[in-house]
Order: sequence, then structure tokens, then C-alpha cells
Amino acid sequence: MTESGGVSMSHEDAAKLDLARRFIEAIPHSHALGMHLDMIGGGRAVISMPWDERLVGDPRTGVIHGGAVSALMDTCCGAAVMSHPDAPAGTATIDLRIDYMRTATPRQRITARAEVYHITRSVAFLRATAHDEEEGLPVATATGAFTVERLEGAAK
Amino acid sequence: MSRRKPEPVQVVKQRRDAALRALVEGVPYIGFLGIEFDRRGDELTAVLPFDDKLIGNPMLPALHGGVTAAFLEVAAIVELGWSMLWEDIEAGRIELGQADEVLLPRLPKTIDFSVDYLRSGLPRDAYARARVNRSGRRYASVHVEAWQDNRSRLFAQATGHFLMPALDNG
Repeated sequence: MTESGGVSMSHEDAAKLDLARRFIEAIPHSHALGMHLDMIGGGRAVISMPWDERLVGDPRTGVIHGGAVSALMDTCCGAAVMSHPDAPAGTATIDLRIDYMRTATPRQRITARAEVYHITRSVAFLRATAHDEEEGLPVATATGAFTVERLEGAAK
Repeated sequence: MSRRKPEPVQVVKQRRDAALRALVEGVPYIGFLGIEFDRRGDELTAVLPFDDKLIGNPMLPALHGGVTAAFLEVAAIVELGWSMLWEDIEAGRIELGQADEVLLPRLPKTIDFSVDYLRSGLPRDAYARARVNRSGRRYASVHVEAWQDNRSRLFAQATGHFLMPALDNG
């Protein structure tokens, strides 16, 4: 039985999570960053990645580069869109804005949480946060707009 | 009236290139993505040579949106750091062999960064140029444009705000 956020999941949910996890981890860049899908469903996703020396942006402090946090947030937002009940066939980023609230503590895992807070036929609007291993003030927050791709021939 | 004899061109170039190397090579993440910088005078072009690990959509295939964001952010920070150093480099206050990371000022910190995705990034090399639109004592605003095959067909652009490093701990 897989546990996520303290809630136990049904066998079916666990199978879905496993499928989505394999999909995300097959993305070459997500794999290169060591991303791990922790939770997905209902227009929400949680993806985390470990601190890694190769991702450091400031060698004097060991703080991870903002760009790596952007990559994590972008992936997490995309996954959240794909998991929305309106089931888009695909998605792409239109824009993503990231606010860096504080420096991430070196050697701590970073966890991004994204949610679709509104979706239309063509656009999904997202909010996301990134935390290191300390709760409370996020390391960064993000807002984004993503495309909603429909399967050809689907009702318009 | 005596004018000082201009420095030999290779001395000037070596000093500029050493400072640029120090600025770029000290950052592991720039090496991880494989970003290089092409310099013409004070103008920098960030170059992202294509690599399989940069792919975000294996079906298309397309560059990962996060890679695009990271590439633009790196281009913006390096441009800003470079513009902060330029006067010191030209005045010869940064000497050859001395321009290592320990002596360079701290890098600016990103306050916010907003990326506009105009078209999907193709599996080829990408280029970016940043322009510092405002650079004050504490804050800076930088705009970046990125393209692949055609300079006039941008695939992404971004604006970021940065906190300048404090002068006294430089």
C-alpha cells in the first residue's frame, strides 16, 4: 500500500500514481534532475527532487540555482494540468512566474506542490509552491498559465 | 599632450575572457546544463548546445520548459554580473590570474523571474541575450530573449528582478 500525504490510497489510485510516476521519470530532463512524483490527481501534483552538487548556483553557499527550482515547478505544474478531471490530451507552458521568497537550505530535498485553480477549454491557471525540508514560508511560489490541448475530433 | 599608449589587444581580450570564465566556471549548474558564453566586446550571447538530457517532451521532441527558464535565468544573472564587473575589468582593476571566484563580487540574487513561452524549443542549440534595463544600488531589472534558428523568431523571453549584492561584502 502506498502512502501519500498521510492518506492511504486504493489499489486503483496506487496503480495510476505508478503509471504517472513512470511517465514523469521517463522525461529525460526530469530524470537528470532526479525528480520523484509523490502525489498526483484531481488537478494537483506533488513532485520532489534531492539537493545535488551539480545544481548549485552559488558555490560559496551551496544554494541550489533558481533555474533548477524553475524546472521542478514547471514539471509539477504540467503534471497537475495532465491530472485534471477535464483530462487534457496534452499541455504546454504559456507563462510561468516564480517569486523567490528565501534561499533554499543546502542539502535539503525540495518539494513542489502545484494545483490547477481554474481551467477553461483552452487554458489552465496554476499556483505552485516549493519548500525545502522546513515547513512554513516556501522557498518559492509560482503562478502559471498552461495550454489545454484537446484530442482532435473531441467535442468543441 | 601625451596620450597613454593603448594596451595590446590580446592583453585586453585575455583580461576580459579571464573575468568571464571566473564568472561562469564557478557555477556548477551552468556546467550541468552545458551553457557557454560567446563574447564580442562587452556583448554576451549565452549558448545552450543541445543535449538529450535537456528534453522535456520525448514525443515531439522539445526542450524542457524548465530548461528554457533556467537557460534564460542564467543568461540574465551572468549578464548582470558581467555588467557589474565591466568597469573594473576595463580599468585593469581585475588582473590576469587574479580573476578567480574568491575575488569576484557575489552574484545578484533572483527576486522574481517571469518566462513567456512563445513556441516550443526544438532539439537544437539555443541562444540568449540579456539586456539590463535598470541597475540600481539594490535592485536590477533584466530582460532576456532566446532564439534558435532565426534571431527574429524568439522561442522564449523573460523579465527578472534581482537583488544586487551588498557592496561591503563583495
